[in-house]
Amino acid sequence: MSVLVNSSSKLIVQGFTGSEGSFHASQMIEYGTNVVGGVTPGKGGQEHLGKPVFNTVSEAVKETGANTSVIFVPPPFAADAIMEAAEAGIEVIVAITEGIPVSDMVKVKEYLKGRKTTLIGPNCPGVITPGEAKVGIMPGFIHEKGTVGIVSRSGTLTYEAVDQVTKEGLGQSTCIGIGGDPVVGTTTLDAVKLLMEDPGTEGIIIIGEIGGNMEADAARWIKDHGTKPVVGFIAGQTAPRGRRMGHAGAIIGGSDDTAAAKMKIMSECGITVVESPADIGNTMAALLKK
Amino acid sequence: MNLHEYQGKQILKEYDVAVPEGIVVESPEAAMEAAKQIKSITGAESWAVKAQIHAGGRGKGGGVKIAKSADQVFDHAKEILGMTLVTHQTGPAGKLVRKVLVEQGIYYPGESEVAEFYMSVLLDREKGRNIIVYSTEGGMDIEAVAERTPHLIFREEIDPSVGLRDFQARKIAFNLKLEGTAYKEMVRFVKALYKAYENSDASLFEINPVFKTSDNLILAADAKVVLDDNGLFRHPVYAGMRDITEEDPAEVEAGKYDLNFIKLDGNVGCMVNGAGLAMATMDIIKLSGGDPANFLDVGGTANASTVEAGFRIILKDPGVKAILVNIFGGIVRCDRVARGIIDACKSIGSIQVPVIVRLQGTNADEAKQLIDESGLEVYSAVTLQESADLVKKAV
Repeated sequence: MSVLVNSSSKLIVQGFTGSEGSFHASQMIEYGTNVVGGVTPGKGGQEHLGKPVFNTVSEAVKETGANTSVIFVPPPFAADAIMEAAEAGIEVIVAITEGIPVSDMVKVKEYLKGRKTTLIGPNCPGVITPGEAKVGIMPGFIHEKGTVGIVSRSGTLTYEAVDQVTKEGLGQSTCIGIGGDPVVGTTTLDAVKLLMEDPGTEGIIIIGEIGGNMEADAARWIKDHGTKPVVGFIAGQTAPRGRRMGHAGAIIGGSDDTAAAKMKIMSECGITVVESPADIGNTMAALLKK
Repeated sequence: MNLHEYQGKQILKEYDVAVPEGIVVESPEAAMEAAKQIKSITGAESWAVKAQIHAGGRGKGGGVKIAKSADQVFDHAKEILGMTLVTHQTGPAGKLVRKVLVEQGIYYPGESEVAEFYMSVLLDREKGRNIIVYSTEGGMDIEAVAERTPHLIFREEIDPSVGLRDFQARKIAFNLKLEGTAYKEMVRFVKALYKAYENSDASLFEINPVFKTSDNLILAADAKVVLDDNGLFRHPVYAGMRDITEEDPAEVEAGKYDLNFIKLDGNVGCMVNGAGLAMATMDIIKLSGGDPANFLDVGGTANASTVEAGFRIILKDPGVKAILVNIFGGIVRCDRVARGIIDACKSIGSIQVPVIVRLQGTNADEAKQLIDESGLEVYSAVTLQESADLVKKAV
């Protein structure tokens, strides 16, 4: 089992013919993801990477039955691309684009309310269900089909955790990169709920970072509703206050969004919090052996 | 991007938010001229001389002074310009003052008592909506107000589909216990302030204090404005307001190579691909007994020239006793990064501190072999734990 994406996902790529879109689309196809086409306004009717190109998302949905979209559209146009996908009835939208203005995302979030669309990202590596579908930019080969679900605000740090889990012989059910921006479509809590309900997931890893309340919200829910072992790591224990650490959302604003504060709440809520990022995989393995 | 007070007030003026009449200057002579000019426009008999640096707490540090004559404006400007201002936000090194803002005095006598309020517009990350936070307790540290008298802080949430509504602006003015002209002025002020925030793609407009004058005008007496970097492409004029003299020179230099660098005070430098992994690498340096000297994200394309630039920037800091390079090769191939590191080391000549290189992911084994056979004094590691152990040995 898995969440969000699997072998029945029919994927379209928005920003299909651009350099980023082309490169990652071919990587996703190579991985075995069912890419059914792409959208680039003005290039409809062409063929790219052996798949049809459409002018609009709704046309792509009508012709291919696509239910999932991945977005490589540049920042000034990305919010529009997300709304277009939602309007066309896409169920899962994965926005890879980094650098979307926050004010645009505030409008997107409002637009998505009441719709049956789940947005992952933006500014994220994407979602992968190993062996079934890779929807994003993560390196496929480090993943192994398995039972650990991963939720993360980071890119390469997620790959680090995935690699450790794979080397422990556990593998992953689904890895969800929720993104590093201040406003994201799917929160840590949303992703944890999905994995907690997934029969194919036996343990959950939460990789958070400084800034915001998402990890604390997830921890409080886990305390009351959690049924599976959870390992947590928060990046930025040594980050200075008030400085933006690469990700737009990684900035310590008050006293409750430091790494220490989040780690405290998470362990109080029964999550096994590791101090060192080198201990994520072995700690999960130890918990699952119990 | 942080703005100076005078720049924030320029944006406020564009949106008809009332601010005290003011002129920014760089010399005491110009300050005196500015004072005379402000007097001729407003009839002001007193002035404020305010240091323009990117930090709060300027008043307590001696960076804001009131003058009763144009000569006094000259004296105060002379004192403040060129001083190194230390506040609770600048750190112990302080910041050099290059500009002062001369403004009309706002404490003039009149028909009613003056009053100071607090107001800020910002994003509520949890809800993904903008909020207006305001309080009757203005002119002081809002975090202290939040701690001592949380019931005096109010919040108004803005629905993105309809924006700020009139009833919300009225509610704010009523909660601030205003009536008559001052009430009407406040309603107008709140609406204009929100418009300025929204239309400039800001992430913060903090006005502390919002000032009610003795003749019932509502003014933004101070302005702390932060713009969303991601929105700057829509505002080329605001993008031009960036003041690199307020930034760390090493950080500015790194920016030229598309490196995301933040200077810290530790003894172990690090170079990493990806922001999350970079923070995690800083944490593991600390856990290994060192202290991170920097945050450095080289991004998705770690090649010889970016790696060389990274090394050179890190090595400018004499406090650095070791460097940890941590690359997780996904799309980037580790062997290519390894070649980049070797080329960079050769090009720099001799690096006097131990360099630990950890390459994991695509082609990691070939990369390790390349490093080990390069003849350079570089320690290679494969797992994160191994690199941590090498850092421990180095410090």
